[in-house]
Amino acid sequence: MTATAETTAGSRGAQPPVPDGAVTVTVKIRRFNPEFDDEPRWDSFDIPALPSDRVLNLLHHIKWYVDGTLTFRRSCAHGICGSDAMRINGVNRLACKVLLKDLLQKGDKQTTITIEPIKGLPVHKDLLVDMEPFFEAFRAVKPYLVTYGNEPTRERIQSVADRERFDDTTKCILCACCTTSCPVYWTEGSYFGPAAIVNAHRFIFDSRDEGAEERLDILNDIDGVWRCRTTFNCTDACPRGIQVTKAIQEVKRALLFKRV
Amino acid sequence: MSLALDKPRSPKRPAARRGNGELYSWLFMRLSGLLLVVLVLGHLFIMNILDGGVHKINFGFVAGRWASPFWQFWDLAMLWLAQIHGGNGVRTVINDYARKDSTRFWLKMLLYVSMVLIIALGTFVIFTFDPNISN
Ligand code: HEM
Ligand code: SF4
Ligand code: SF4
Ligand code: FES
Repeated sequence: MTATAETTAGSRGAQPPVPDGAVTVTVKIRRFNPEFDDEPRWDSFDIPALPSDRVLNLLHHIKWYVDGTLTFRRSCAHGICGSDAMRINGVNRLACKVLLKDLLQKGDKQTTITIEPIKGLPVHKDLLVDMEPFFEAFRAVKPYLVTYGNEPTRERIQSVADRERFDDTTKCILCACCTTSCPVYWTEGSYFGPAAIVNAHRFIFDSRDEGAEERLDILNDIDGVWRCRTTFNCTDACPRGIQVTKAIQEVKRALLFKRV
Repeated sequence: MSLALDKPRSPKRPAARRGNGELYSWLFMRLSGLLLVVLVLGHLFIMNILDGGVHKINFGFVAGRWASPFWQFWDLAMLWLAQIHGGNGVRTVINDYARKDSTRFWLKMLLYVSMVLIIALGTFVIFTFDPNISN
């Protein structure tokens, strides 16, 4: 076997038999290889797939049996780790949570699925982006418990009602679907972005935490919550169903009335 | 010599810029918007619907209205609020969409100059309007 044959072959050899009930779909992927490409380019693959497949399965099929050079990130494949955020048919989704049957064209029309890297972060290769600017904004809001004074001897008690206040924002898996769907973030990478605000909200409204003032001060920055234009792209994109825009508005309200 | 990996996780962001006025700018947009609902809709109603609509508007009509300090103040408030509200809104749009710092700076300069000119000119006209100018 020669090395050249491997550049177009999949990483797991020959294609498996096509299962019953499979349909052929076109997967159009925006690709970029920093070693060869000056500009991103579109690449299309016609592959067999089942309606019950997830978009991630289609990417696996391509990588394993058609083109092993296709690069993307995934880990859990079950919507938990937040690794595989991508722009699928123009909206940010986790590839492992989108079912093919929800994207299929009606009748006999050929289905084309476009997949792009999430917008606003530098592309390393194909669908793989540099998440560092995203995590930098996340770290800047102090996303950890801040307390002063003596530690209690037993656990820090919290009422059910107090827990409820930030319940929604505890669900974040840091996938970046929201931040990279935000039009303000696209043009101005210096904006903290919805994910950082969600994770600040998680602690600002936690009755056990004492760092609310510091975090509110950070989010009152020129690139903080006031840059949000309330367009709800982030809420629509969140795979965890977090009411992202609402959380941002709650932070704005806390700043406005100086009350958490 | 400092090591390149020194403090790899220290934040790259400048410390929070306090008192930058963005909160007040945000609040102003909402409050001025509320006032503009009354002022602009009232203005449109008087100018375009009441008493035969636009056809009644002429020099005499304007002169008659500006004879009253109430309408002078109404138009003055509308001018200032619409300019500052609209100007602040366009400032936001420039901040959001300009890609280069120099573009952002010059677009904002253009905006501020036009705001000052229009506010000054409008205010000047409202206060120095002479109904007998044609005589
Ligand atoms: C009729 C009553 C009006 C109301 C209730 C109103 C309300 C608002 C509010 C709440 C915003 C802030 C939006 C945001 O921060 O996301 C806004 C933005 C803006 N307004 Fe008004 N406004 C009114 C009239 C006007 C007028 C007369 C002008 C033009 C002179 C104007 C120009 C703008 C612009 C350019 C923006 C920025 C748009 C953006 O942020 O995307 N508005 N308005
Ligand atoms: S609601 Fe705010 S944070 Fe969310 S996408 Fe719109 S501008 Fe961005
Ligand atoms: S708020 Fe939702 S979309 Fe944003 S990073 Fe967290 S889980 Fe992802
Ligand atoms: S692979 Fe873990 S969320 Fe999709």
